[in-house]
Amino acid sequence: MAMDAHEIERLIKARIPDAEVTIRDLAGDGDHYAATVVSESFRGKSRVQQHQIVYDALKGEMGGKLHALALQTSAPTR
Amino acid sequence: MSIQQFIDNEVKSNDVVVFMKGTPQMPMCGFSSQVVQILDHLGVTYKGLNVLDSEELRGGIKTYSNWPTIPQLYVKGEFVGGCDIVREMFQDGELQTLLKDKGLAVKGSVSA
Repeated sequence: MAMDAHEIERLIKARIPDAEVTIRDLAGDGDHYAATVVSESFRGKSRVQQHQIVYDALKGEMGGKLHALALQTSAPTR
Repeated sequence: MSIQQFIDNEVKSNDVVVFMKGTPQMPMCGFSSQVVQILDHLGVTYKGLNVLDSEELRGGIKTYSNWPTIPQLYVKGEFVGGCDIVREMFQDGELQTLLKDKGLAVKGSVSA
């Protein structure tokens, strides 16, 4: 069970159109990724809320098809 | 008692709770291990609940928190986050501040 990095990016951008998404395949196995997501829509939200938006974008694949996605979220620095 | 009631009771009757894979003494997952190491480093007293012992707990905590992954950290009944958030907060000193603000003892605290 693995997921393509482009597919992850596509799902995130479908939910958060202005997101700047950077994805690294940590182990080269299509199963362990690190993603950085920067979006204006995160401003004023807690980290938990920001991550929940990204998890929501991944439509339940997180913790299922997608085993490990280390996530870092933030609003753009002004 | 339903699993949701069980979880609710655990997070409200213990100051710090970690839902994890394995036990604090023997974590069975690198992410769970990281959270335990951070809490141990801070000298915080916490309760570890092993989701591998119960499929009901494993599913139930994901629903309870609306969070898809394990580990999950609760402080005084409030969901703090998973491994990434806990690590980021620890590195920024935010976790230490949160624990102190909640009246919990933290070892080696840096004064602001």
